[in-house]
This record gives sequence, C-alpha cells and structure tokens, in this order.
Amino acid sequence: MTALGLAPVFAAVIRRDLTLALRRRSDVLTTFFFFVIVVSLFPLGVGTQSSMLRSIAPGVVWVAALLASMLALVRLFASDFDDGTLEQLALSPQPLVLLVVAKVFAHWLVSGLPLVLVAPLLGLQFDLPAGALGIMMLTLLVGTPCLSLIGAIGAALTLGVRGAGGLLALLVLPLYVPVLIFGAGAVSAAVAGMPVSGHLSVLGACLLIALVLGPWASAAAVRIAIE
Amino acid sequence: MLEALGLECVRGQRRLFRGITFGLAAGQMLWVLGPNGSGKTTLLRLLCGLLRPESGHVRWKGEDVRGSPDSLHADLLYLGHAPAVKDDLSSRENLCFGLAQTGIGVTPREADAVLGEFGLAGREMVPIRALSQGQKRRAALSRLALGAAKALWILDEPFTALDAQAVQLVQAHLARQLSRGGCVVFTSHHEVELAGHAVTRLQLAQ
Repeated sequence: MTALGLAPVFAAVIRRDLTLALRRRSDVLTTFFFFVIVVSLFPLGVGTQSSMLRSIAPGVVWVAALLASMLALVRLFASDFDDGTLEQLALSPQPLVLLVVAKVFAHWLVSGLPLVLVAPLLGLQFDLPAGALGIMMLTLLVGTPCLSLIGAIGAALTLGVRGAGGLLALLVLPLYVPVLIFGAGAVSAAVAGMPVSGHLSVLGACLLIALVLGPWASAAAVRIAIE
Repeated sequence: MLEALGLECVRGQRRLFRGITFGLAAGQMLWVLGPNGSGKTTLLRLLCGLLRPESGHVRWKGEDVRGSPDSLHADLLYLGHAPAVKDDLSSRENLCFGLAQTGIGVTPREADAVLGEFGLAGREMVPIRALSQGQKRRAALSRLALGAAKALWILDEPFTALDAQAVQLVQAHLARQLSRGGCVVFTSHHEVELAGHAVTRLQLAQ
C-alpha cells in the first residue's frame, strides 16, 4: 500500500474510464459511425458539383462533429452518478476539479480524437485540397476538446434529470456556437486560400477559456447533483 | 476526533432529525440505528460533508467538514448506499481503482490477496456483472482490508446481503480499525458484536 499523489490518481481515473470504454465498445463506435455516416450522406444528397461540395464541407463536418459530441456526452457522468463513483470522486483527497478534467480528457480520447483522425478521409469526399484537410484536422484537434469541456458542464447539470438527452442539447448547443463559427471559418478560409491564423487564434482562446472555466463549473454542478 | 453539534436536516417538507450531537474519539465506533426512512443514510452523508445541514456543524479534528474538507478527505473511507462498483470491471480492477481514487495505491498482488480473503479467489478477473449480489458486496467491502491508512470509516449498511462468514470477516476488520485508533460510523439492522470494543448507539426516531 502506498499513498498516492495527484498525478497517479489523475492517471488512475483516466485509465479506469478508458478501460470501461474498451469494455463497452459499442458506445464509442456509435459516436464514431454517426459522424462518418452523417458526413458521408451530404455528398450523396447534394450531388457531385465539386465547387458546391467544397464550400459546404467545413460546415457539414463541423456540425456533424458537434452532434456526434452531443451524442457521447450523456454518458460522461451518468453511470458514475448512478453507481456512487461520483461521490467517491467528490470525497477524494485530490481536488474534484482536476478529477473532472481527467474524466473529460478520457472522454475526449474515445469520443473526440477518433473524429479528428477520420476527418481528412471524409474530407476527400468533398474534394477538399490537401492544405484544407490539414487545417480541418487542426481545427478539430483544438475544437473537439473544447466541445467536451463545455459539454461536461451540461452533462453535470442534467444529472438525475429525466429526459436528460434533450435538455442537454438545448443547454449545450448554443454554447458550441463560437467553436462552430471559428472552426468551420478556418477551414472555409483555407479552402478559399486565405490566411487562417486569426480563426485558429480565436479557437485556441476558446479552448483556454473552456479549460479554465469548464471543469470548475462542471465540478460545482456535480457537487449540487450528489447533494 | 469526529464531532457533530446540533445537526438538523430537512429534506423537502420533512424534518428528518434535529439536535443530533455526539463526539467520537479515537478507537470508538458509532452505530446509527433507526427504522427505514429515519435519515440514517442522510446523516452519514452529512458527516462526510456531501450534504449541508440545515443547522449545526460537523467537525473532523476540529475543522468544519464543509468549510475546510481537506483534512477529512485525507482520512475518510466512505462506502455509501451505492457501492461505487463498476459492473463491467473485474473485482481486482474495482478494488484497485476504488482505492486509487481515495489516494491509496495497491498492487494487483495485494489486491488479489485481499480478494482471496473475501472469498473471491479465482474470480479476481471476472466482471462484477457475472457475480452474485453477495459477491458484489464482498468486492466492495474488500476495500476495508486495505483502508488502514484512513482514520475514519463511514459505512452505509455494510452487512447487507452478506452471509454469516462475510459478516464475521467485516466485523474483524472493524475491530482491527478500532484497535489501531481509527473511528467507525456505520448503519446496520444487524446486531454487531465486537469483542473488547464498546459500540455507541445513536437511535434516530421516525
């Protein structure tokens, strides 16, 4: 037996959540294939005119990423809330805020990162140039953690509420708007051959704000939920 | 070490209890009794600082558990109404992760030794989902065997769904905790007998 400091406890929470995700693979795959299918439906429905496909691609990919992230959010705290794990985390010697960060990070690894990795492949269906594919990956890499952090607030606020899924969407989707605007904006700019650094900077700022305020608000909401 | 001063709790329109005052010194045990719905679980959650009392204070080592919970959290092992056991994880994983989040690190070998003591030898890697209700409780309670570092144990119905042999085992761990100067607060409908240790009773009225 040894006493654990913050880093091992943080790592243990991540490892536990990843192990659980691995045991319940269907949940993870649902989010992933939802994203793939929604994005793939657009070229089939809109037609083969490549200039149009190129112009709608950023919006389509980003909106699909938003919806896929929503789909995964419901599970973030719900099972921990039901089986008492959330109480244990709240009573941990380590700060709840940081344990929430660990949970959100593990959640992003299984629900956000796969979207980032598959996005370039999906972008090919929209005839995006290689440069724009790179920018799309980059915006998703910065933007999807943002979505997880903001979404965690909603997931914590709707704990123990009946019909949490619908309420969660109403709470969280408006907060996703800045991420959507600047994420999709950066890709559109890249497609048009314009500089993207402005959009990326704002997206980075969004991530920093979400990183500072999100876990703190989520932890407060978790405390209220278990009271 | 643990003090409660004039605790009052109101849930919704109902007052569950008021004026609960007690002190628990090192090596003492408090048994919270009462009929169903009398607020036993609520009282334990108040003691942990998970709930805010309507009035009154809970202090651990002289510090208020709501105002400055750090010293309580460093010393607390809490087994709540929901046992914080994951159905998809094995009992070994549950034990290791369950202790890790309270700041206790154990190796798989230490975990397996304890699970063997709790009658789960050979089933360390079986998902909890595939175990019986009693075995699931045993897996949750096995944390007690490795909880020596925690001075305060707060246990909600630890004896539910256990057979006589497991009850003996849990009582032995409670006795060991008291012998090394720890405190225990628990609820139970079972009669608890610990040789050589006094049990303070706290009766909650309907």
